[in-house]
Amino acid sequence: MEEQTSALPLSNILVIVASGVLFGLGLSVSEMVNPVRVLGFLNVLGPWDPTLIFVMGGALTVAIPGFQYAKLMHKPFLSIQFTLPGKNDLDKKLILGAVLFGVGWGLAGICPGPSLVALNSLDGRILGFVLAMLAGIFIHDRVFPG
Amino acid sequence: MIGFATVLMFLFLGRITGISGIVGGVVKPEKEQVGWRLIFILSLMVGGALYPMLWGRDLPVELNGSWELYVIAGLIVGFGTRTGSGCTSGHGICGLSRFSPRSMVATVTFIVTAVVTHTIFSLVTG
Repeated sequence: MEEQTSALPLSNILVIVASGVLFGLGLSVSEMVNPVRVLGFLNVLGPWDPTLIFVMGGALTVAIPGFQYAKLMHKPFLSIQFTLPGKNDLDKKLILGAVLFGVGWGLAGICPGPSLVALNSLDGRILGFVLAMLAGIFIHDRVFPG
Repeated sequence: MIGFATVLMFLFLGRITGISGIVGGVVKPEKEQVGWRLIFILSLMVGGALYPMLWGRDLPVELNGSWELYVIAGLIVGFGTRTGSGCTSGHGICGLSRFSPRSMVATVTFIVTAVVTHTIFSLVTG
């Protein structure tokens, strides 16, 4: 994928589209796009709705064998290399970021993927969330460049 | 379906399907890396648009908060996912599936924090 974009091969585009559509449908079918449902899952002390555990469990049931199989491959089928996050150490930034993300997720019940899918609901509050999320990313990268 | 989507991206293109990373890469464009990210984001949204046609019911999106709440939450989510290098998809699915220690720590941290936040917020707002 390194030298592309200007000339992204059709095969690669098809994989990206298939994966994106499948992901979007998956978030919809599983109701991860429904903030009230997500908050019901986070509500462990009240009437708890555990169904989203099966969403994550279901995804992991497929993803774990897939990602582990990748360890046996030298390179992906349609690209020159696996692109993995460079960091391997547990640092304060990771924890701080996860805490912040958890606070935002716990307040609204929306995380980045579902927010984009939920734009289809045409509710202005979702658009507000997405624009604010983009602003949050932008501010972060301004404050901590590189 | 979510699992298949992430495996597809990784086995064929070697890419981690982390939505915050993909969106972040568009906000802060890296050379030659914007195209595939935009295609993915649009496809994700198309998936949500296709759902009502394929399943014959409305997209299940229920909101019970004010718009201020969603704007504040969005800001924190955007900032936090950049600080912590990932969200539910990147850490919670791809990272856990790679058995990444960073992702395991991040996933436990954000789930526990989200539960605590929601619990406190519910108590405060009644």
